[in-house]
Amino acid sequence: MPAISIRAIHKRFGSLHALKGVEFQVEQGEFFGLLGPNGAGKSTLINIIGGLARATEGSIEVLGHDVVGDYRHSRRQLGIVPQELVFDPFFTVRETLRIQSGYFGLGRENDAWVDSLIDGLKLSDKADVNMRLLSGGMKRRVLVAQALVHRPKVVVLDEPTAGVDVELRKSLWEFVKALHKDGHTIVLTTHYLEEAEALCDRIAILHHGMLAALDTTKALLARGIGNIRCVNIKTSEPLAVIPESLQHKIKSQDGNSLVLQLNREEDSIVNVLDVLRNAGANVTDLETEVADLEDVFLELTAAGRS
Amino acid sequence: MNLRGIATLLYKEILRFSKVWLQTLGAPVITTLLYLLVFSHVLEEHVQVFRNVSYSAFLIPGLIMMSVIQNAFANSSSSVIQSKVTGNIVFILLTPLSHLEVYLAYTVAAVVRGLAVGLGIYLVAIFFVSLPVHNVILLVAFAFLGSAVLGTLGLIAGIWAEKFDQLAGFQNFVIMPLSFLSGVFYSLHSLPEFWQQLSRFNPFFYMIDGFRYGFFGMSDVSPWLSLVVVAFSLLLLALFTLFLLSRGYKLRH
Repeated sequence: MPAISIRAIHKRFGSLHALKGVEFQVEQGEFFGLLGPNGAGKSTLINIIGGLARATEGSIEVLGHDVVGDYRHSRRQLGIVPQELVFDPFFTVRETLRIQSGYFGLGRENDAWVDSLIDGLKLSDKADVNMRLLSGGMKRRVLVAQALVHRPKVVVLDEPTAGVDVELRKSLWEFVKALHKDGHTIVLTTHYLEEAEALCDRIAILHHGMLAALDTTKALLARGIGNIRCVNIKTSEPLAVIPESLQHKIKSQDGNSLVLQLNREEDSIVNVLDVLRNAGANVTDLETEVADLEDVFLELTAAGRS
Repeated sequence: MNLRGIATLLYKEILRFSKVWLQTLGAPVITTLLYLLVFSHVLEEHVQVFRNVSYSAFLIPGLIMMSVIQNAFANSSSSVIQSKVTGNIVFILLTPLSHLEVYLAYTVAAVVRGLAVGLGIYLVAIFFVSLPVHNVILLVAFAFLGSAVLGTLGLIAGIWAEKFDQLAGFQNFVIMPLSFLSGVFYSLHSLPEFWQQLSRFNPFFYMIDGFRYGFFGMSDVSPWLSLVVVAFSLLLLALFTLFLLSRGYKLRH
């Protein structure tokens, strides 16, 4: 039985067709990545899985339980970490977690698990502090703990590292990796392709509400996904003429700044700099950035066309 | 039924208002006692509604009931709108709590707040005014049903409103006029015929009239008619709220 089974899901908000027949399965025990640029429909899909939104057509099951018809069972199996940093300002961390546990019908017998979550997410010294007084990173950890209070088998994290500092991101991933090792199914949505590469067994890419790719991470990488790197080159003077060999690699040009799109395997940065120097450019700064998902999707569709 | 789930949501709602008790319990008690002080002082010598009942005594049940229902409404409506605006409503929507369980917890919490405010006013008021109790069961029944009706209305308003000013509009243009024009300060018989007839369409009138009967054994209409009207109002509103919750109206998109 799959952990999550998504069948022909359509979602319309008025005239906006946000999800257009999305269909795939997440197997039990998988670390699954759900990727896509902003507005691709990732959060809408997750909201439908959790019952926060309703599909216009299609159905979703969590461990065999329909998320509408059998929501009591499906929600007991599911823990969702929402994307927004939401909290109830009336309560402390411990109160928040115990209350959340109680909604699932769990009482004092679950307190030991709540305490171990507090420890595991390094919230012990803030356990009796009001939620209002926590930093953004701490609030994010409480959200993770809240999603886990009822020991769900399937955990969905909706962009948990958005706006999170490096240290917290690292400790969060260690925690999630440990959960996965314990047998939990993890579904992760992220903007960071590298994060998905490092963690996920399989990746689905949503674009404009449709499934643009679904494969193992290894297979997607073998198709050259993620090979594009953007290089932002700053010169002392705006370039009058850009050498012909670089023309087709230009992503944008603005005054002294030139952004080139390079292939990690085919293009050499040293060669690019040589070409620019020979053209009389005085390079003052250079910055590389990972391709965003929009670029990955362009790669995918370009690969599809070719 | 997820009884522990209901108990937890109820506990959370009670904890929420008790953490700010000065605002949610203290302030309404003081405000109501000020009403009592001013109106009874001004009108005591001039108005007598029931035979052998002073105007101050007549006023107290109406004022108690008005506070009970206004606070019951405030409790559920403010809790829901705050959760919606801040986004923490997801913590309830992601759980296995059913529509009925959510409804029961919010409504009972509103009843608890309403009754706590009502009891507070009663306990202070009896220090100053002698107040008989004719039928304690009817008295409690009207307080419970009245606050449940308003707790339910608060839930509807909280679900419907998207912004705080919409909720304030509901409170100021629906709840306040209906509660002020329900016989808190006067008997129905002191009104012109047209207004008397109009008041009979106001369910708040039956809550206050029946509640007052519990104290004095006297009322404008039969307490049993009042009980039926209030209970029927609760049933209708509860069914409507359950319908909204089951459809996820303005909650599940």
